[in-house]
Amino acid sequence: MSRWYWLLIVPFVALLAPVYLKTEPALGGFPFFYWYQFAVLIVSAVLTWIVYRATRETPQ
Amino acid sequence: MIDGVALTVFIVLFLFVTVLGFYAARWNRADLSSLNEWGLGGRRFGTIIVWFLLGGDLYTAYTFIAVPALMFGAGATGFFAVPYTIMIYPMAMIVLPRLWAVCHRHNWITPADFVHGRYGSRSLELAVALTGLLATMPYIALQLVGIQVVLATMGITGTGIMADVPLIVAFVILAAYTYTSGLRAPAMIAIVKDTLIYITVIVAVIVIPMKLGGFGHIFAAAQAALAAHPKPGSIVVAPAAFGAYASLALGSALALFLYPHSITGVLSSRNADVIRRNAAFLPAYSLMLGLIALLGYMALAAGISTKTTSLAVPLLFKAMFPSWFVGVAFAAIAIGALVPAAIMSIAAANLFTRNVWVRYVRPAATESEESGIAKVTSLVVKVGALAFIIFIPLQYAINLQLLGGLWILQTLPAIVFGLYTRWFHARALFAGWLVGMVVGTAMAASQGFASIYPLHVFGAVWPAYAAVYALIANLVVAAVFTPVCDALRLPRAGDAVNAGDFEDRGLDTVPLTAP
Repeated sequence: MSRWYWLLIVPFVALLAPVYLKTEPALGGFPFFYWYQFAVLIVSAVLTWIVYRATRETPQ
Repeated sequence: MIDGVALTVFIVLFLFVTVLGFYAARWNRADLSSLNEWGLGGRRFGTIIVWFLLGGDLYTAYTFIAVPALMFGAGATGFFAVPYTIMIYPMAMIVLPRLWAVCHRHNWITPADFVHGRYGSRSLELAVALTGLLATMPYIALQLVGIQVVLATMGITGTGIMADVPLIVAFVILAAYTYTSGLRAPAMIAIVKDTLIYITVIVAVIVIPMKLGGFGHIFAAAQAALAAHPKPGSIVVAPAAFGAYASLALGSALALFLYPHSITGVLSSRNADVIRRNAAFLPAYSLMLGLIALLGYMALAAGISTKTTSLAVPLLFKAMFPSWFVGVAFAAIAIGALVPAAIMSIAAANLFTRNVWVRYVRPAATESEESGIAKVTSLVVKVGALAFIIFIPLQYAINLQLLGGLWILQTLPAIVFGLYTRWFHARALFAGWLVGMVVGTAMAASQGFASIYPLHVFGAVWPAYAAVYALIANLVVAAVFTPVCDALRLPRAGDAVNAGDFEDRGLDTVPLTAP
């Protein structure tokens, strides 16, 4: 397995560590608890795309 | 009072998808009397169709109603749906291409087919198939709730059996086009449904906060309203409740792609690359779900008051939108119930046909007999779900659906580990499954069918998702019994799978039947 797959651990660490149980700092009216998880969502999708591109087998 | 404009828009959109459902039989025309075609759409859906199909399949109408309802009633706990639907995809990226490849190679239709081929064990196959059926049935029933709440909010009420007539009509239509078109019908309808849902959500998160004075005000008002509840809630999860929050998210994420309807969606892909790409694209739906969750807070901030929390979002829409757009939004929710209900009934039909009927009743069944049985089963399953909702208290369906998630997670060792290793003994996996089912069910039942079980260990209390505790028990039993079974020289049946069968060969995989 390619080492790129290790990137996929990031969202698990970010979401299973109790680091976001607070309201401050807020962003655009969103308490930290909410915008943090939305941010992890977007980062996770981007990482998944990077892993896909890096591990894709090119057609023969 | 009935809102004529909303109802008209609703009915027009509903009729449109009905026509589409029947027309789908002609799409990529093929012989629908084979289960591969009827039940998996011929395994030739590309990235975009699979994105819509899985999006419509995994993010169900029930989810769209239940998640904001939970936020409305209990606060931040309901937001677990977001970490849940984030964690699914990194795992899907790694595991599902292997499952797709091996099932494609052997023409397997269901997860239980794979388990039978891999372990040569009929009991393990039956365990996986029955768990899938058991977990899917209440889930189909709950989709009807989505239709019920929008009908009720539009003012369509009646007494006795008349109250259920619109629901019955919707389900008869659904049953008819699923019967004729198979998986093609929900795949095509999903495109309409998801477009409507995206439009509704985008409009809702722009228009409603504008009317309510911005997100800052919505969160503040929600916090105040939640704190005043008889059982006070909060907009941030308390540190003591984080174990429950995180384990609920992780356990649900692990369980999602074990559901038969998820696997049906995955196996309908043209190649494994379609699945990989979708692991990066499907989080768009999670973003939408997160925004939908916040509708629960918007309902609180708007002063929506209802004892039935599932009515919170429909009532919010009715208060905030003009009639015609209420019709669009409600159609999105109702059609959103049809897509997963169709795929779930197809998945259940595939399981019953392949792993119960053909295996035990008619081993010599031809392809067209198989497909005939599956079509009839899909009807029976839907009638069952309808009867369930009409005749049995809703709380039973909710409890069973909750147990369903717990049960389906117990098939993880047999399916997911089976994709990587044959180390586990089939009988040990069966024993682990049995222990997981019993332990998990007992834990949930002891809490009055709540998901969170407060485990007492080392003099402390560890509240967490019961399904995760049950899975741990399951894994321990499977791991301990494997060397025991081998020491007792219990036979290991032949393995139909070669290591190379998991290789998906990238983009060059051709469909089983040429398009």
